[in-house]
Amino acid sequence: MAQVIVVTSGKGGVGKTTSSAAFATGLAQSGKKTVVIDFDVGLRNLDLIMGVERRVVFDIVNVISGEARLNQALIRDKRVDTLSILPASQTRDKDALTKEGVAQIIDELSQEFDYIVCDSPAGIEKGALLALYFADQAIVVTNPEVSSVRDSDRILGVLQSKSRRAEEKKDPVKEHLLVTRYAPERVEKGEMLKLEDIREILAIPLLGVIPESESVLKASNTGSPVILDDVSNAGQAYKDAVARFLGEDRPHRFIEPEKRGFLSRLFGGRAA
Amino acid sequence: MSWLDVFRGKSKPPPSAGAAKERLQIVLAHERISRTGDDFLPRLQKELIQVVARYVAIDPKAVNISLDRGGDMSTLAIEVELPAPEKPKPGAAAAKPDELGKPADSKAEAGQKAS
Repeated sequence: MAQVIVVTSGKGGVGKTTSSAAFATGLAQSGKKTVVIDFDVGLRNLDLIMGVERRVVFDIVNVISGEARLNQALIRDKRVDTLSILPASQTRDKDALTKEGVAQIIDELSQEFDYIVCDSPAGIEKGALLALYFADQAIVVTNPEVSSVRDSDRILGVLQSKSRRAEEKKDPVKEHLLVTRYAPERVEKGEMLKLEDIREILAIPLLGVIPESESVLKASNTGSPVILDDVSNAGQAYKDAVARFLGEDRPHRFIEPEKRGFLSRLFGGRAA
Repeated sequence: MSWLDVFRGKSKPPPSAGAAKERLQIVLAHERISRTGDDFLPRLQKELIQVVARYVAIDPKAVNISLDRGGDMSTLAIEVELPAPEKPKPGAAAAKPDELGKPADSKAEAGQKAS
């Protein structure tokens, strides 16, 4: 049986799709058969972040409505052969997703894959509820910023009451905190919420901290998940997070300001 | 901060992260209470109906309970629609049907200080 992982946050723009793409790619790189599903019907973007936008023929709504078979809609990644992408529909309305339809897709994918990563849309409406409903584990993506932390808290409440595991009174969905866009220099200056503060407030286990990084924009520009950029801090931080998810014990990196050289400290400017 | 900043005339702004944490803790404390608080309302409603129904015949669907939180006050509002008193002369056929079916409104409100 596959493990279903939802990547969620409540708030938009915090890095759900970036994290879904990176995480799914990382799991696949570790040899796990992985499929990543875009649940953002009407506003699909996972295809762009994964760089497969020109290979989309059928989407999840086509499969649910019976216009295409699941295998026709799945896109095999060309970089990592254990990775597949199931795109969202761009044109159809949100009601096109049904619980029964999604259940059937997850069931079918469970036969073939080890991990099913569900990229949730923002909000707590139908698409987001469906993305988390079947989850066994949840990666809650949070920025060090008040509205994001508040929405993450809210989505944790939803996970604990509206997921299938909650409804069927099974073991609760396993929650992981993934802090993204973390800027240690700003934390040091007291301008940004500390990692410890976020952990204290949300009180769920920390999976990883992704530093604010220019490489994330570069990765989305080129349609290559940032985890494939193994020289970048963000890419390495995602790699660590995936390894931790798979049970490895790795220390958290990039949570302290980088040591800067004498000259750069003297003349200011950003650390490289 | 670079020593050049001294000449740029930058003054250090007060750190704001502490305020962020404090505000979050307060707002989340409130939201978490109301999230779990929702659970007891259906039970409260059911039990209240049982008590009221012991004394008057009421329609369980005509009961409305709401809990509002604002500032340091919580308001529990319970609204029970009581049926119209029985007609003195049950045999009288002259009464119009819409007069018969109309219930009288009765409203009870209780205010309670939040802890």
